[in-house]
Amino acid sequence: MPVIVGVILLFGFCKGVDVFDSFLAGAKEGISTSIGILPTLVGLIVAVNMVRASGLLDLVCGLGQPAAELAGVSPELVPLALLRPVSGSGATAYLAELLERVGPDSITGKTASVLAASTETTFYAITVYFGACHCKKTGWSVPAALTGDAAATVLAVVTVTVFG
Amino acid sequence: MLNAIWFGMIVLSVVCAGANGRLGELSPALLEGAGNAVELSLALLGGMCAWLGFLRVAEDSGLTELLAEAFSPLIDRLFPDYREDTEVKGKICMNLSANLLGLGNAATPLGLSAMKAMSARAGERQPSRGMVLFVVMNTASLQILPVNLAAIRAKCGSTAPFGILPEIWLTSFGALIVAVLVCKILEKKYSSGVNPWNR
Repeated sequence: MPVIVGVILLFGFCKGVDVFDSFLAGAKEGISTSIGILPTLVGLIVAVNMVRASGLLDLVCGLGQPAAELAGVSPELVPLALLRPVSGSGATAYLAELLERVGPDSITGKTASVLAASTETTFYAITVYFGACHCKKTGWSVPAALTGDAAATVLAVVTVTVFG
Repeated sequence: MLNAIWFGMIVLSVVCAGANGRLGELSPALLEGAGNAVELSLALLGGMCAWLGFLRVAEDSGLTELLAEAFSPLIDRLFPDYREDTEVKGKICMNLSANLLGLGNAATPLGLSAMKAMSARAGERQPSRGMVLFVVMNTASLQILPVNLAAIRAKCGSTAPFGILPEIWLTSFGALIVAVLVCKILEKKYSSGVNPWNR
């Protein structure tokens, strides 16, 4: 990262750009952008917190776990797969706790690691990205992104099983 | 779409908490969430300013244009609407490179900047197809070295924190391809006429 910043500045300086002025002009936009996404963040994090505190997440996980067992997958992966798209910090906390319990090099531990690293916090990205440009419609981004997340869950199980 | 999801999350939570007798835990969770959001946006504020500043330097010097040229074969195919638009292409390239390099705190400011530029071009209330695809690509997670994950694995006593790299590459790349394909299929289906997901 420091190298990238160095290259950007060196290139700008050699091209005769007033790098500090440019930096300030760009950085100024950061303030409005950060403040602009605050309402979106409040809405999203409040909803996620309520889903977790109300026991709704446990309920949904309880529904998903028999299905996971039928598919021959550890049911402990279900909360991670469900939490990952909505809460980055929640998924990280669950992953750390799970790895601690089952061991990071066990099959379940490996699958959980692959799953956590291979998807992003989908709803965070969708709400924040569209929220920042005051776009109320999200097109077909939700179904497309969630299909990608589902594919990641399946692929995580398959690749870890195949590579052992 | 988000309207229905957000509504559902909150109303079902209240119903579920009522059934569980957990209603008392719900109001602290609500307020704590709102506080967390402010903390998060404050935590992001510095990085946001810094990266948007560096992005402007890279744009003023023509560095992002060079990057856009280099990635043109790929970007033009994915985002044909911005073929001639080096500003948008440059911002998209900066965001995708930051994602690949695992610079999560840089990827968001760069991505938001790209979204704003694309939304200024779209001009209408509907998002352009480029905006939808760009967001979908940002919900996938393709990165060369997942260092954060390796750190968690190492802390939990893994003998090979990076031992699952091939699995991660295959999974994240596969998931990205699936997401982009579904996005392109839905785009064809709904680009003319009513889009049922837009409610």
